[in-house]
Amino acid sequence: MDKKGLSVMQPVLVAKKLSKKYGKVVALDSADLELYPGEVLGVIGDNGAGKSTLIKVLCGAVIPDSGEILLDGNKVTFTSPIEARKLGIETVYQNLALSPALSITDNMFLGREIRQKGFMGSFLKFLDKKAMADEARKRLSDLGLLTIQNINQLVETLSGGQRQGVAVARATSFGTKVVIMDEPTAALGVKESRRVLELIGEVRSRGIPIILISHNMPHVFEVADRIHIHRLGTRLCVIDPKKHEMSDAVAYMTGAKQPPQD
Amino acid sequence: MNKVSDDISKDLKDQPKFTTDIGEKDQDHHSFDLGEQTTLKKIQHFLHGNPTIVPVIILILSVIAFGFIAGGKFFSAFNLSLIVQQVTIVGILAAAQTLIILTAGIDLSVAAMMVLASVFMGKLSVEMGVPTLPAIAVGFISGIATGAFNGLLVTRLRLPPFIVTLGTWNIFFALVIFFTGSQSIRSSDIEVNAPLLHFWGERINLGGFVFTYGAFLMIGIFVFLWFLLNKTAWGRHVYAIGDDKEAAELSGIRTDRMLVSIYAVAGLVVAIGAWVSIGRVGSVSPTSFYEGNLDSITAVVIGGTSLFGGRGTIIGSLFGALIVGVFSSGLSIAGLDVLWQRFALGCLIIVAVGIDQWIRKVSA
Repeated sequence: MDKKGLSVMQPVLVAKKLSKKYGKVVALDSADLELYPGEVLGVIGDNGAGKSTLIKVLCGAVIPDSGEILLDGNKVTFTSPIEARKLGIETVYQNLALSPALSITDNMFLGREIRQKGFMGSFLKFLDKKAMADEARKRLSDLGLLTIQNINQLVETLSGGQRQGVAVARATSFGTKVVIMDEPTAALGVKESRRVLELIGEVRSRGIPIILISHNMPHVFEVADRIHIHRLGTRLCVIDPKKHEMSDAVAYMTGAKQPPQD
Repeated sequence: MNKVSDDISKDLKDQPKFTTDIGEKDQDHHSFDLGEQTTLKKIQHFLHGNPTIVPVIILILSVIAFGFIAGGKFFSAFNLSLIVQQVTIVGILAAAQTLIILTAGIDLSVAAMMVLASVFMGKLSVEMGVPTLPAIAVGFISGIATGAFNGLLVTRLRLPPFIVTLGTWNIFFALVIFFTGSQSIRSSDIEVNAPLLHFWGERINLGGFVFTYGAFLMIGIFVFLWFLLNKTAWGRHVYAIGDDKEAAELSGIRTDRMLVSIYAVAGLVVAIGAWVSIGRVGSVSPTSFYEGNLDSITAVVIGGTSLFGGRGTIIGSLFGALIVGVFSSGLSIAGLDVLWQRFALGCLIIVAVGIDQWIRKVSA
């Protein structure tokens, strides 16, 4: 995606001058962020740079002291992850927020179950298990997760990568506008990480923009279209991974080198 | 009914299938293991997928064992119906207790809640001239309110359910003594003034087997709760909260509100138990069912529901209650002293929790 294209496109998600203090500690100091349609925006930063506070503000877990968030050009406010999710901002948490003892289907529809039609559903509130299973299977195969054979198997019987797959499938299934992924490969082995990176590509190809937070530079450089570097509570710069080296990014991040002035 | 049992047996058969990846990995991993261990692992996995199997096996084995020990007397229609009659109240309390334990909670106050509800029913209808049905309704409201009170304390004050219900157990018990002045309401007075309170104690004879209506109501409660837990979103949320409360919250479940509703539903079930208990005992006694709290927990635990929440089945608790009934009946027919009944029950609890821990290791 070139620079010219970005300037004419309206960003999906904009954060303007977000600030957050914890006592005397400034976690966010007038931080900005823009996410454009169909891109993967990597967010990197040293420990304590405030990137996790930034992400928590965007997903509704932390309420900022000041600043505003625009979604599709409209100002939005939310006080919990549930409210953010209702507006279309889905988060895949580092711990995935899945219930291991429930099935894949149950997990994908947790909190937004499909009820049966007619009396059984409206009065007795019976679930339409078949519709949910069909939909869950469709979502998973759309994302290329065909290795999961039985949609009713318990999540605890899945591997780490497959669990990540279920969490991503859930996050992209309900009219989602933005997906935030927090350290999706941190707990995974090499092979599984590869699949998650493919999964990120799959989600992007379906037009859903992703904010990817990760400590793993090679992963970020591989899948991100742009990289937002966070330093001292604010956005230091945004770089194009094709034009910058990984070592440059680390140098900007730690303050060893001045960022490019463009 | 047929559909229910079909569904249940399907649930039992529906053990998780492993994906090809994991299957391969497991094979590699086990290639150096002894065959014996693999069989044990398989059993462990099977039990993990079918938690209700354990209590079913224990129930069948104990019935066979006591058949041998206690002889034909144990298998008499009279004795088998007596066992069912005896487990009715503990069974209903265990049904309520299962809901709470599935959320990783525990309710030490169920029996006190039940006695309090039965006191309202008896007091109002027998001594204060209130028509029986409204008096029963007040009892139901008392059950829902005391249950919701527990739920509110757990969610608002963020106290552990163990402590909350330890407190409310004493509070409810004190209220029972306050309202009754430690006096029982006599069976004969109930018979004259409010015979409807004895309804669930009525018996019917089915080919030598004598059942109280209350036993059928108990079965009905279990079937109803089975539907609730397995077929509705509410039920799925009960499991999700017990499994991982934070994950449930992040999935959009309003966990606090859910918890209060779960405690309130348990309270309603307990209040239904109060009505049945009047029929079973005849009178309303402020000091009855003092061991009901722990008996209900025993039935749930033996029934394979994990005290850590999120795992278990409501039907398992019915089997758990029956196992306790079979043990006490069998041991007493065999002529063993009550102290050995308790001894055996104690061993059973430890074995049941030990098996649960072992099965849970699968997921680790």
